[in-house]
Amino acid sequence: MALQSLDIVRRSATTIPAPAARGAPAGEVAKLIDVSKCIGCKACQVACMEWNDLRDEVGTCSGSYTNPADLSDQSWTLMRFSEYENEKNDLEWLIRKDGCMHCADPGCLKACPAPGAIVQYANGIVDFHEENCIGCGYCITGCPFNIPRISKKDKKAYKCTLCSDRVSVGLEPACVKACPTGAIVFGSKDDMQQHAAERIEDLKSRGFEQAGLYDPAGVGGTHVMYVLHHADKPEIYAGLPQDPHISPMVRLWKGATKPLAALAILGATLAGFLHYVGVGPNEVTEEDEKAARRELEKQS
Amino acid sequence: MTTSGQPVDSANPATGQIVRYAAGTRMTHWIGAISFVLLALSGLAMFYPPLFWLSNLFGGGDTMRAVHPWIGLIMVVAFLLLAGKVHRDMKIQARDRQWLRQLGDVTANREDLLPEVGRYNAGQKLVYLVALLSLIVMLLTGLEIWRAYFTAYFPIELTRLASLLHAFFAFVLILTIIVHIYAAIWVKGSVRAMTRGTVSYGWAWKHHRLWFRDVTRNAGK
Repeated sequence: MALQSLDIVRRSATTIPAPAARGAPAGEVAKLIDVSKCIGCKACQVACMEWNDLRDEVGTCSGSYTNPADLSDQSWTLMRFSEYENEKNDLEWLIRKDGCMHCADPGCLKACPAPGAIVQYANGIVDFHEENCIGCGYCITGCPFNIPRISKKDKKAYKCTLCSDRVSVGLEPACVKACPTGAIVFGSKDDMQQHAAERIEDLKSRGFEQAGLYDPAGVGGTHVMYVLHHADKPEIYAGLPQDPHISPMVRLWKGATKPLAALAILGATLAGFLHYVGVGPNEVTEEDEKAARRELEKQS
Repeated sequence: MTTSGQPVDSANPATGQIVRYAAGTRMTHWIGAISFVLLALSGLAMFYPPLFWLSNLFGGGDTMRAVHPWIGLIMVVAFLLLAGKVHRDMKIQARDRQWLRQLGDVTANREDLLPEVGRYNAGQKLVYLVALLSLIVMLLTGLEIWRAYFTAYFPIELTRLASLLHAFFAFVLILTIIVHIYAAIWVKGSVRAMTRGTVSYGWAWKHHRLWFRDVTRNAGK
């Protein structure tokens, strides 16, 4: 292992078992994004660009503060602004920092056909190793959150790394470092859940009855979690899915069908071979040639 | 009998040979066949991780991913050209159903017990029809999941369905082609028909008697 802090526990399209003797030395990590504390300053977006050396194209205004309009190979995180009218007809400006959720059960990794192009570290971070990526886009097909993007430049998939390079040496992700309000915090998953519980209690005391933690069980929990003031309606936060899970179609496509299909193909080939050695070929004999001639003579 | 100006199915009493597949048909068939092999190898590499090493045959996973759809288009064009030549002989008829009911006799080489066969037997017709269906589905789903050009225009759920269907029909087609290839190895003289174009009178009489009568009747005149 190059770095103990980056022990790989899952590797895409790989048949060799992953090392499992050790867990994560410092436990699983998580980033907690408290949507109620976010002021939409985009310092996290800038910090992400800076640290990861990303430069997206300058786009055009789409009539929303969401800028750029979507994630891309050069924009791994994005503030999504939603205008929500609540039950009291008051406007709520909801700002959600979008990006990879680092699922415990990652759909991208399940769908990826290229060995080692997607890995999951023992600390929970899901990382793309672009040098192994073949550019098929199956990760996009597999992702329940619509996160990975293929670069037009090199046809490879990119997304948030949770600053795995920083985390591996004990630093927090760049977006966390830059956040001026403490809306983004980083630590062990346990600590973050505890911190979230305090925040939710505080929000409830301020009248947000439905405040809660977004750590969806459908994908085994995530290593990026949200504190939402309306946890009962995650979809109002720019379409955050209510119950994300790997699509059953992807599960079928990338699950039992693989070995079953391989077995069936092998079986069909073997059946043919056994038929050949058992029953033998169907050959035209001299008798058949004679019979054909006889029939021709009859015709004429 | 002519198709697009080429003489086909002509019997030559002097050589004892019947032309079964004209040069154009043979070349089209083999362009399709080579495309299929390349597609199956690259497709299996992308479908089944233990076979990913097959990507080395294509110069690595990246090139394999890039060329797979283009080869797919070549196969579809080749197959459609081939289909244009054979489609009219591929309708399932009453004698084909009887032939299929006697599949035991077919596999036991008891051909004398089977109903007389025209240009193609029921097995060949089924292979053709299943391949046709698979190719149509794989063309459509393949275009949908062709990320370089088309996928962005479709909703993600459709891409997931298309990926699944593409893999499923590829599986169906691979099994079908295994049957097709084995039948060619099993029934001696078939490979020669598709490489050199001709079959012997005896071969035609034994395996495709109605067709044999058809072509020899024409040759006599």
